[in-house]
Amino acid sequence: MGWNMPRGVLISCIVVVAALAFIPMADSRYLIDISTEILVYVLFALSLNVIIGYSGNVSFGHAAYFAIGGYANAILLTTYEWPLILSFPTAVVLSGLAAAFVAYFCTRLTDIYFAMLTLAFAMLVWAIAFKWRSVTGGDDGFVGVTIPELIDGRVPFFYFTLIIVTISTAVLWMICHSAFGQTLVAVRENITRAGFIGVNTRLMRIGAFVVAGSFAGIAGAIFAMYNRGVYTESAFWTESAQVLIMTLLGGMYSFFGPAIGAATLYLLERFANEYTQYWPTVLGVILLVIVLVLPEGLVGLAKRVRERLAGGN
Amino acid sequence: MAVLETKGLTKDFGGFVAINDVSFSLEKGEKHAIIGPNGAGKTTFFNLITGHLEPSRGEVAFEGRSITGMPPHQIVRLGLARSFQRINIFPRMTVFENIQTALIARDHKHFSLFSPGAAQNRGETRELLELVGLDTETAEIAGELSYGKQKQLELAISLAENPSVLLLDEPTAGMSPQETREAIALVDEIAKSRGLTLLFTEHDMSVVFGISDRISVLHHGELIASGLPDEVRNNVEVRRVYLGEGDDAAA
Repeated sequence: MGWNMPRGVLISCIVVVAALAFIPMADSRYLIDISTEILVYVLFALSLNVIIGYSGNVSFGHAAYFAIGGYANAILLTTYEWPLILSFPTAVVLSGLAAAFVAYFCTRLTDIYFAMLTLAFAMLVWAIAFKWRSVTGGDDGFVGVTIPELIDGRVPFFYFTLIIVTISTAVLWMICHSAFGQTLVAVRENITRAGFIGVNTRLMRIGAFVVAGSFAGIAGAIFAMYNRGVYTESAFWTESAQVLIMTLLGGMYSFFGPAIGAATLYLLERFANEYTQYWPTVLGVILLVIVLVLPEGLVGLAKRVRERLAGGN
Repeated sequence: MAVLETKGLTKDFGGFVAINDVSFSLEKGEKHAIIGPNGAGKTTFFNLITGHLEPSRGEVAFEGRSITGMPPHQIVRLGLARSFQRINIFPRMTVFENIQTALIARDHKHFSLFSPGAAQNRGETRELLELVGLDTETAEIAGELSYGKQKQLELAISLAENPSVLLLDEPTAGMSPQETREAIALVDEIAKSRGLTLLFTEHDMSVVFGISDRISVLHHGELIASGLPDEVRNNVEVRRVYLGEGDDAAA
């Protein structure tokens, strides 16, 4: 095999998944809903990090693939009455194909132009969802999504989400630590040199984009069923910005950083909205802190604290 | 037999002709130095040969086939590798991963999504690091190595592609005389044991005349001489534009 996840990380993962599996025992709708939503955002943020942390490009339009996964799954399930076992994989493939199409153009460019083009394509997806009323429901959203009976219910749906997100995360981890993932890091670190070791760097960046888009599609497909609807907001740039902040907050140089960032930002927003009307202000402060003092996010902070403690002894 | 040939190679940067009508050939198995004052176009010449820059005019042929306009990653695969004057490694990866990734690329495994990166080519990675004398630094972050060691790592990355021809752009730039001697001895030894053809630029004239089989001289982007060390040393034009100046600098 040869996959060696550090022992501490593996144990932490098992503990977290096991703990999550017991959440329905608490018999709190609130807790189940929060956990389901966090799981979706965790996968969404982890997928974005394949582009940001591993290939070294910034995407301002990652919500596009989340929305495509969501719309495709919802429409196939409801309008065309496909079974989930077909609609779900089809939605993921469509997200991946859309990502391949966008990446084909974006990877001709670098840095800021790359980022702006991802944003432009995402807004295009948003505009299509908005205008193509007969298929997507336009600004009313696509509502009344059919859910298979087996997972129709808060608790079964939570377990469905937990299983899909856990498997997806494991697969994503493998991809990021594969020969492909390692080469991707080399492309991030030094794209010129990567070309001179025989790597077609553009194709690698397209590959990263497709992987990221597909997994965002999985997250979107789950979210559409959870909400029993898909809305144009899911493709809007603010959604792309939110997942970007989640990724940066957690730390892009660590595989699990974005997962921590997703959970943290989600909970902060939840609590801030319960007690104040100033979430945008709080968000602004978080952004400032990331940019000014936490360039490697919470994971980087934890590392620094640990090093200081070790140094103090 | 010429393994590498350029015909009328020209690079025009919007009016500034950095390389002008250079026709050059590199013979199989030789150690060939390219010298010339700063700004003579040595690095541009390397960039044109290796696909980093596209020529404005002219041809580059490797082992008899045209590689003009090919992207670097394809040229490398044909067996033409290079190192860089300014250090060009993967700074935040470990020394081990730097070489391992180069080997993954060489073996076309960089699109293997489901084979663990850390398990690939471990033995060969270790051998290469031993060869360049970095076997005790394998776990260190490449960007934190000393300058000299980063240069060695850079050399090992280039060797990982199993090239038949290696282009070294100022392999000893920034090194002390002691380090220079060691680095050159190492390159020389590796070239011999692997049967490499070497094309290199170098500022230290004692090194150039010490190990080169042939020497070419670039001046203002033009090839003004190419031949055996003695021929070049005695070439009137070379003496006029370059060597006099170079000897002073070396002394």
